[in-house]
Amino acid sequence: MKTMTLFKSAVGGLALSLAAPVTAVAEDSIYVPLFTYRTGPFAGSGTPIADGMHDYLAMLNERDGGIGGVKLVVDECETGYDTKKGLECYDAVKPKNPVIVNPWSTGITLSLIPKASVDKIPILSMAYGLSASARGDVFPWVFNPPATYWDGLSEILKYVGGGSIDALKGKTVGYLYFDAGYGREPIPMFQTLAKEVGFTLKLYPVAPANMQNQSAQWLDIRRDNPDFLVMYGWGAMNPTAIKEAAKAEFPMDKLVSIWWPNDADAASAGDGAKGFKMLNWHGTGANYPALADIQKLVIDKGKSQTPRGEVGEVLYNRGVYNSVLIAEAIAQAQKITGKKVVTGEDVRRGLENLNLDAARFKELGLDGFAGSFKTTCADHNSHSATFVQQWDGAKWTKASDLIGPDTARVEPLLDEAAKAYAEKNAGWPARSEPCDNK
Amino acid sequence: MFYREAGQYKTTYAADMAIFPIRQDRYGLALILLIAFVAIPAFGNQFLINTMMIPFLILSLAAIGLNLLTGYTGLLSLGTGAFMGVGAYACYKLETFFPQVNILVWIVVSGFVSALVGVAFGLPSLRIKGFYLAVATLAAQFFLEWCFARVPWLVNYNDSGAIEVPSETLFGLSVTGPTATPVTRYLVVLTIVAAMAWIASNIVHGRIGRMWMAVRDMDIAAELIGIRLLRAKLLAFAVSSFYVGVAGAMMVFLWLGAAEAEAFNIDLSFQILFMIIIGGLGSIVGAFFGATIIHLLPIALRALPAMVGLSIDAARIDQLTFMITGILIIVFLIAEPHGLARLWQTAKQKLRVWPFPY
Repeated sequence: MKTMTLFKSAVGGLALSLAAPVTAVAEDSIYVPLFTYRTGPFAGSGTPIADGMHDYLAMLNERDGGIGGVKLVVDECETGYDTKKGLECYDAVKPKNPVIVNPWSTGITLSLIPKASVDKIPILSMAYGLSASARGDVFPWVFNPPATYWDGLSEILKYVGGGSIDALKGKTVGYLYFDAGYGREPIPMFQTLAKEVGFTLKLYPVAPANMQNQSAQWLDIRRDNPDFLVMYGWGAMNPTAIKEAAKAEFPMDKLVSIWWPNDADAASAGDGAKGFKMLNWHGTGANYPALADIQKLVIDKGKSQTPRGEVGEVLYNRGVYNSVLIAEAIAQAQKITGKKVVTGEDVRRGLENLNLDAARFKELGLDGFAGSFKTTCADHNSHSATFVQQWDGAKWTKASDLIGPDTARVEPLLDEAAKAYAEKNAGWPARSEPCDNK
Repeated sequence: MFYREAGQYKTTYAADMAIFPIRQDRYGLALILLIAFVAIPAFGNQFLINTMMIPFLILSLAAIGLNLLTGYTGLLSLGTGAFMGVGAYACYKLETFFPQVNILVWIVVSGFVSALVGVAFGLPSLRIKGFYLAVATLAAQFFLEWCFARVPWLVNYNDSGAIEVPSETLFGLSVTGPTATPVTRYLVVLTIVAAMAWIASNIVHGRIGRMWMAVRDMDIAAELIGIRLLRAKLLAFAVSSFYVGVAGAMMVFLWLGAAEAEAFNIDLSFQILFMIIIGGLGSIVGAFFGATIIHLLPIALRALPAMVGLSIDAARIDQLTFMITGILIIVFLIAEPHGLARLWQTAKQKLRVWPFPY
């Protein structure tokens, strides 16, 4: 069936191409490229996100005819989570005037950050990328709402400490992390906290090449027997870690992950994964009107690659959330400028004036989907509160109330990191972009 | 008919020994250089220059470097990616220590740093050969990669663990960082690559090259005719690592703009190795052919469906590209096991006697 459609599209496309060679992006549409990865060792995480991002935007096109009456041209580019291919994607989409890019990889984000202000294309790196880019006065073109990895770390530690990090005094906390920029970023803060509060920190790095072979790390974890284990994993590292934890009989409720594991990661360990905890900031499950619209208008009509049952998974809904931010930024940009067809510069202003409160979520058909948040010119992140959810063997249940970040500890770090970035990158431009919400 | 040396008399030894003995070859080279230096910057779009030409040239340079070692001296190395990393990190450290010095100076100097490291890891080559040496260089790959990831001094204690490229200017034009135009970066890369390819070609056609080839063909015989193996092999490691290091520095500073340790992993080593195997071992032009097949061909294949108006999923295009590239590599290697460079030579030979072959 699939090969048949492929064949048909091949023949059709060939016939079409003979008639009209290159189809440029139409004048009255908004071009939104999506950098995705459905291949390679990170496809397990990348595919549901790609589906969620694509489906929500496709649904807006079907249901509302785009945003503000302007159709969205949604285009996927496969990066394979590889920085070089990500840059290739960026160069490929740039001539088509994208209004925003979503790199979906910390490595690609780091390479794109310096380009954003020159090319006038804002970067939305939702809860990943460079934590310091939360500082809008230094990084006017980069946005990483709704929380940074440092916020996430302080939230996890607050949670395991029963509401306060200081309660961890005398304990041993393990940190199992993806040994690249992403997992390494929280370490300095972790170490400072360990010294300040007086807990022992044990580091268990997992090299990207060895994501599926963590026996050495888990031997160490068994030997050190930490009171709590914090996990920052991605791709194939997550299911492997959960399986190894189950095998090592590590108490699952003591294993708390940052927000990146997916349903399938937990499910792959079977009953052993029961009790596994992770941070999250949005709803799971498909029980929202907007997701029902996606099912009806996009998936049931065969306009998406989403397999049955994926809607409502953590990372699918994360993709939807990412697209909600894109759509809101475009809508805000239209409101601010009064234009219908907006540019990257307009969308940057839109991103700086996001205001998603409970009423707005309800309007979007996502009542109670996520906590409200606001971005400003100075704060591109909003440092939203998150909650802990627990896997019960089949689905996620909320295991805590909203936990806010330890602002007093995170804020100085952000200032310092942003300053250091601007200093190290000699000639970093001072912010000249106007602000709409002074 | 048109491609032959009839009527071109060689009156000096130098002319007789020329690398391009036929006038048409020299014109061809001049034409290629003209296109590369004038036509592409003038008419190429950003995608062509940024995504295709700059990486192509940089990877070609790395392949030339590896070819000096593996193709000419017969020492198999799997540490190319790591030696590129040494060049990149050295350039980053030097650049951030002494930002006032011209970036081109640091790119060249970082090649020397890489050469030093290459010599150190080349020492085992005096005792071991072939696959065993490959394993020893594999150790270099893993050790150096470990250093890039684990030694925070190398990344100036950056929280993100990545090296980021500051903006630098050359004669008032910005050459690195986001403000540098692709054309400027392309011309810098092209100048360096053209100059170094010319030097490499002179090295391999001279005394040193012949010494290396003697070592490659039979090292005991080479020793008996008076070639000092220690010097010859270490020199090969040094020169090769120099080339590879310069390519690595250019990769970060003039192409990627920022890099994590992951960028220099074993995949990159294999990529370069495949380039010289497909392009042709022991051939400078082969390095360019190899880079064409490994780097440019997949990009062309990926762009093809969109160009003819096909809409195939991005992921499927990627998988198809992967498969087609693999098949083509096998086809080329079956057609000519000695690589594309040999195919090119055969074609030229045939062309010389065309249309009256004897």
